[in-house]
Amino acid sequence: MTFELVCFYAFAAVAALAALSVISVRNPVVAALCLVLTFFSMACVWLLAQAEFLAVALVLVYVGAVMVLFLFVVMMLDVDLVPLREGFVKFLPVGIGIAVVMLVEMLMLIGVRAMQVAPGPDPAAAAGKSNIGWLGEVLFREFLLPFEVAALILTVGLIAAVPLTLRHRRGIKTQNPGRQVMVRREDRVRLVKMDAEGNREASP
Amino acid sequence: MLDALRDSLLAYGNTGLVAWIVLKILAIAVPVIIAVAMFVYWERKVIGWMHVRMGPNQIGPFGVLQAFADVFKLLFKEVLRPQAANKTLFYLAPLLALVPAFAAWSVIPFDAGLALANINIGLLFLLAMTSAGVYGIILAGWASNSRYAMLGAMRAAAQTVSYEIAMGFALVAVVILTGSLNLSDIVLAQQGTKGLFDWYWLPLLPVFVIYFVSGVAETNRAPFDVAEGESEIVAGFHVEYSGSAFAIFFLAEYANMILIAFLASVLFMGGWLSPIQGWVTADVPWLDWLWKGGWQWTFIKAFVFSFFYLWFRASFPRYRYDQIMRLGWKVFIPITLVWVVVAACMKFFGVVTIGA
Repeated sequence: MTFELVCFYAFAAVAALAALSVISVRNPVVAALCLVLTFFSMACVWLLAQAEFLAVALVLVYVGAVMVLFLFVVMMLDVDLVPLREGFVKFLPVGIGIAVVMLVEMLMLIGVRAMQVAPGPDPAAAAGKSNIGWLGEVLFREFLLPFEVAALILTVGLIAAVPLTLRHRRGIKTQNPGRQVMVRREDRVRLVKMDAEGNREASP
Repeated sequence: MLDALRDSLLAYGNTGLVAWIVLKILAIAVPVIIAVAMFVYWERKVIGWMHVRMGPNQIGPFGVLQAFADVFKLLFKEVLRPQAANKTLFYLAPLLALVPAFAAWSVIPFDAGLALANINIGLLFLLAMTSAGVYGIILAGWASNSRYAMLGAMRAAAQTVSYEIAMGFALVAVVILTGSLNLSDIVLAQQGTKGLFDWYWLPLLPVFVIYFVSGVAETNRAPFDVAEGESEIVAGFHVEYSGSAFAIFFLAEYANMILIAFLASVLFMGGWLSPIQGWVTADVPWLDWLWKGGWQWTFIKAFVFSFFYLWFRASFPRYRYDQIMRLGWKVFIPITLVWVVVAACMKFFGVVTIGA
């Protein structure tokens, strides 16, 4: 057994265990952290498969940004766990059924036969480039249109999320930094010329 | 001597390999820890001078040993835990802050060929690690079960995530000019015969400024340290931590600061390259690093940038929270977005020459 294989089994086991504890632990914050651990272990597995860009992008996007916001929400909401747990046993058979269907679908998608055939040579290595260089060229040359369409869809989603939650409130005071910077001395201070008040006795 | 040590270790197979890697990690981690201790001393000294005070001057010559006295004081203090705190997460949080701060150091190139891991995706790895560091902060805030800590953690996390975007775009501009994510390649792309005018700070000047300011904001340092905000929320996310647990947060924060300083020198200031590269071509033993470049330059530049941190802290009043957010989202991100396009045009029309 090579060192890499040992690493693979270790990371895969951690990923599976962490994924299990996401749905089994009681505390939602701990569950979110277990999800982070799952992502991290999967990134390590991908690193072992020499998909370094994918692995680091997973850590960067999901661990670094998405899960942080997720944790934010979980912490702020302070979820009451008791009503959430009530139907756990009742709905367990349904959940398992859905999971099995999803597994079957995934196996059909990937193809059971493909799992028995050894994968071909690494296309990046075959092209004599680094993983990320190859990925960039494929993405921006061969699959430019799908890539741009995906980007457009994401942008539409982003813009749609803003108007859905945007509400204009009246009667609030806001600043205008431009005007604040433009302000001059004359706008704020008025110098009044007046005579000194006379006839005051000098203090002893 | 190093080669002999490596060969003797590698002769033991996998175990030796791991031992050799651990030795290399220690060769970076231990100096980083010592640098943090000395940097704290330097910070107090510099801010003292700027306030027309003496700064620490009692322990050791010129007070140099003050940092170590502080460290020992912290280590011997009791680590208190609030009764209602979540025990596991409370103790896990400092470690989660420390690990990414140190892991990021593994890809910094100090000299040509002198990096612990010279990986292809070095820059992405750095971004991933700095963004993973925020977990320590929000967990510390939540697990302490304290309002002040929670507020500090929320502020810190929102600030880090916001400035990460501006920082990421700033790095995209660098990557566009270089055509590589490898940090050594980025430094080598700044080689040339025009001295310091070959470095990226010139074509990417706005991005360079934004990068460093974002770095200050990302490490939650003054003037962007509302996350700690002593006057409003006592000390922010680590208000409940004492002793060695607090020391670990402190270590992580300062390690991150020095890391940002190193990165600014590597990405925009030519790393180990000399500012007079190409102007002098003499061979003088011991002195030719001055014009040929060497690890000394990396450290000099990093020292200057880390000094900026202290300078900012002594000079600027603290930003208000909404002003910080406005600066990040409405000023920095649009400027970096535009400059990414400008950088692409500079690359396309050959305005910037890459490499020697």
